[in-house]
Amino acid sequence: MRTLNLPAALHLASLAAALAVLVIALHAGRAAGGPANQEFQAKLNYCETCHGPSAQGFRGYFAMPRLAGQHPQYIENELRAFIERRRKNPVMFSVAHTLKPTLVSALATHFEKLNPPPYGGAPRAGAAFGKEIFEQGLPEDNVPACFACHGLKAEGRGQIPRLAGQLYWYIIKVLTNWSNERGQGAPDISAIMLPTTHNLTRAQVEALAAYLSSLR
Amino acid sequence: MKRIVTKLALLTIVSCVAGPLLASETVPVKNCTWCHGPSGQGYSNAPRLAGQQELYLDAQLMNFRTHVRDNPYSRDFMWNAVVHVDEDMAHGFASYFASLPPEAANDGNRDLVASGRNIFEFGVPEANIAACIVCHGPNGEGVRGIPRLGGLSYFYLKRRLEEWAEGYSPAAEPMPKVARSLSGRDIEALASYLSFLEYGAER
Repeated sequence: MRTLNLPAALHLASLAAALAVLVIALHAGRAAGGPANQEFQAKLNYCETCHGPSAQGFRGYFAMPRLAGQHPQYIENELRAFIERRRKNPVMFSVAHTLKPTLVSALATHFEKLNPPPYGGAPRAGAAFGKEIFEQGLPEDNVPACFACHGLKAEGRGQIPRLAGQLYWYIIKVLTNWSNERGQGAPDISAIMLPTTHNLTRAQVEALAAYLSSLR
Repeated sequence: MKRIVTKLALLTIVSCVAGPLLASETVPVKNCTWCHGPSGQGYSNAPRLAGQQELYLDAQLMNFRTHVRDNPYSRDFMWNAVVHVDEDMAHGFASYFASLPPEAANDGNRDLVASGRNIFEFGVPEANIAACIVCHGPNGEGVRGIPRLGGLSYFYLKRRLEEWAEGYSPAAEPMPKVARSLSGRDIEALASYLSFLEYGAER
């Protein structure tokens, strides 16, 4: 049986403790004020200047979409579409092409976890009709049920966007402008929405927006 | 001293003179036009009201009353000027001035127009400066409670941005945040560009 060398053991223990303190301090530094975190915070502030506190969305001259609760894969796809100009938006082009990939995934993961209430202030008229379109489609008008891809609660998944709580005015802009903004130059997954957006009337779009913008 | 005299003179005018109402006026706009100009076009030190967004004007009158808008000129002049302005009168002032056609101040530095326009339309993503156009519109025309900026005077625009960066009117988010991200040169460029933007200008 080996005998315990007490002074050596104590020495080892204090070394281990010092090491632990160092590791914790380094971690804390990164979490609280390290350069990587400062860069993330600054960029997050920048995003929320337009997309609103907690990425709730914001209605300025243009409607800035809610990013809270959105899926990282969808956000990453759209940022790439802005850069490749498949999705036409001069402001987001200049935003997207200066974003580092590591920052994109950190921001997207952050936004996914946020869950502020819907932006509010939207008309509610037609919301019941909107729910009907969302859940059953408009078979006579060649419009499939939205929930089939976007989920029963409009929660989306992966590269299919969450629509629940999205801004009323943004939904209207997107659905009435699809062929001018999406899939430019090279067709991409956005092409799936093209016939549907053409077949919806303005009143149907407004009904969908009233319904979706109220969902939590 | 000179400033105090000016201030007293203005206060006297504002609080004593209720000008004779014109047939078309339902509110005493003369109380405003002494400083903001006979057709609401403003001066370097008093902003253009003509063509400003109605909801914005309305909200600002209330912000002066509640002292939410607390930059030095607001505190020194507007807080007193609106003491007797109730909500109905504020609506009246707002709709009157919003209906007047604005002219552009054209008093900025022409050499900075191109860089100001670039910041206005695209922001500076590398420096986390947001693009003004998304809220204030393609011609700086504003919408609803978001103010028109196009055609306002260089001095007014510059001072407002500086004051936000200094911490005045902190409730007007996101402007304090935006203003803090701008350099002195950015502010001069933006104020210059906007001062030349014509009302309803086609691009």
